[in-house]
Amino acid sequence: MSHWIIAPVILPALLAPIIGFVMRHDIRLARVFSLAGTLAVLTIALGLVVQAAGGDTEVYRLGDWPAPFGIVLVLDRLSALMVLLTAVLALIVLTHATATGWDARGRHFHALFQFQLMGICGAFLTGDIFNLFVFFEILLIASYGLMIHGGGRDRMRAGLQYVVINLAGSTLFLFALGVVYATTGTLNIADLAQKVPQIPLEEAALVRLAMMLLLVVFAVKAAVFPVQFWLPGAYSNAPAPVAALFAIMTKVGAYSIIRVHTTVFGPGAEATEGLAGDWLFPAAVVTVAIGAAGVLGARRLRPLIAFSVLGSMGTLMLAVAAFVPAALTAGLYYLVHSTFAAAALFLVADLVMAQRGGNDTLATRPAIAQNGLMAALFFAAAVAMAGMPPLSGFLGKLLVLDALRASGVIGWAWAAILVGSLVTIVGFARAGSALFWKSTALAAPGDGPDAPAPRPAGPLQVAPVVVTVGLLGALAVFAGPLAGYLEATSGQIFDRAGYVGAVLSTRGGS
Amino acid sequence: MEMIVASAVGVLTSAGVYLVLRLRAFPVILGLALLSYAVNVFLFAAGKLTTDMPPILSSYGAASYTDPLPQALVLTAIVISFGMTAVLVMVTLGAFLESDSDRIDLGRSENAPMPGDDGGEDAK
Repeated sequence: MSHWIIAPVILPALLAPIIGFVMRHDIRLARVFSLAGTLAVLTIALGLVVQAAGGDTEVYRLGDWPAPFGIVLVLDRLSALMVLLTAVLALIVLTHATATGWDARGRHFHALFQFQLMGICGAFLTGDIFNLFVFFEILLIASYGLMIHGGGRDRMRAGLQYVVINLAGSTLFLFALGVVYATTGTLNIADLAQKVPQIPLEEAALVRLAMMLLLVVFAVKAAVFPVQFWLPGAYSNAPAPVAALFAIMTKVGAYSIIRVHTTVFGPGAEATEGLAGDWLFPAAVVTVAIGAAGVLGARRLRPLIAFSVLGSMGTLMLAVAAFVPAALTAGLYYLVHSTFAAAALFLVADLVMAQRGGNDTLATRPAIAQNGLMAALFFAAAVAMAGMPPLSGFLGKLLVLDALRASGVIGWAWAAILVGSLVTIVGFARAGSALFWKSTALAAPGDGPDAPAPRPAGPLQVAPVVVTVGLLGALAVFAGPLAGYLEATSGQIFDRAGYVGAVLSTRGGS
Repeated sequence: MEMIVASAVGVLTSAGVYLVLRLRAFPVILGLALLSYAVNVFLFAAGKLTTDMPPILSSYGAASYTDPLPQALVLTAIVISFGMTAVLVMVTLGAFLESDSDRIDLGRSENAPMPGDDGGEDAK
């Protein structure tokens, strides 16, 4: 049993209070330690991926209590992949926040950031559904602080709305856990995966209720219709690096649906099989439609990006809702891609806004200093998000389309993805031409009454966006090996007996 | 006893949902507090309702016991909801002081152009 499994949780958890208490007056020291800590988590995550790639499901027993009684952390391919994704994104976002000075616009950015990292990694690694709730609360309470970082009227109000919707979601989560415990007598995911299939169809009413409650709770996190309404307001008012980090927060909801509704309530469980997919699929179609319509209708840049994130979550959920390994493979590839695409868009939007005096209205304004560079970066990120070649969005959507060909849902799924992509392309093209193209026809800046020319973005400020776009390209180039890993991952997720056997077996304690 | 506990959960939940739907800061805070009370009682009842039983397995024959796990869960839930309520009050206070409004919903569409079109909320 390797102790490294708990390191992505412990390291930020120890670092955060040290940064918060000891380094609160020295932003440079906090930056160094925060970056070093995130880099360490990234290194550990790489090690975990190598460890998990072998195919073994590794179990870490906290306090060495055997599985159904104690709390366990479980490392399999999916957990390792998600932790790695989190660490890479966190490092990019942290570099951007440091380079642009976002972290100095309020207090305790780095401490909250580390707590957020701890919550996300913990949620990905835990093998206990109540523990999942606890890690949700940790990442949420850190995200409340990050969401209102820097203050301001609109941000505080959007933050308040975000807090209230998530508190209501947490209450619902507890109700669901109560029902789960009352019906099955356990909260360990592996033990649930063992016990839920034994429930006969005649006595399934309560466990079906619990499953639907959990689905609603995770859908709130993943921003799936009809509980998607909080996302545009929250994401478009959050500080830019935080909005980019929130790209992984919706994926926590998606991960929970994949983990719980596949391994526990998915194929093989007579009582609940197919129920989640029946509800999730139409919801995902509507989510794609809302996202596409929002992209077309948005009059400011950040709401536009927020709606495109919504559309990408819909596409991801279309793939997840099929609950077959092939579709899940495509969905996981799209999950990795859409996380980086959303982050790249939010980061480049921040650079553009900084040069336009903090204004992100999609209206023709004098050309900004680095028009060509910004336009190229925005173009690349938008191409990825809308799903055009050559970046990974195209491959991701192609894989999803191909995987959904087999099932009986081809009509709705293909229509949603293809029409949604077209509308998204039109929306991004409109935004890009308003922001970058038409603006060059106007007079040079300097005619504004209150215009000290904004400083052009330095190399360190542009680097995170370039790296993210590079990663999107790399995802496309190395799609073959990645798809191989993801195929093994989804095979492992659907292997109920293997998961139960690995977690509940008594052998292999330290 | 089951009837009393069940109706208590029901009344607390419906009152909480009603208050949350008022969309004003103070009723929403009270509503979420009521909801968390409701869920605490509900979790407590999830391990079957028994009275006067020890929360441990007895080694003396087939004596019954009350399930200790929901009690641990409730304790965790109470601590978390307490902390969350404190955070919520602080965020609400901040939002109220910034915007002079205690409404939870975003009245003006956050998607609309900023007044004057020269905004600069992030420029400061």
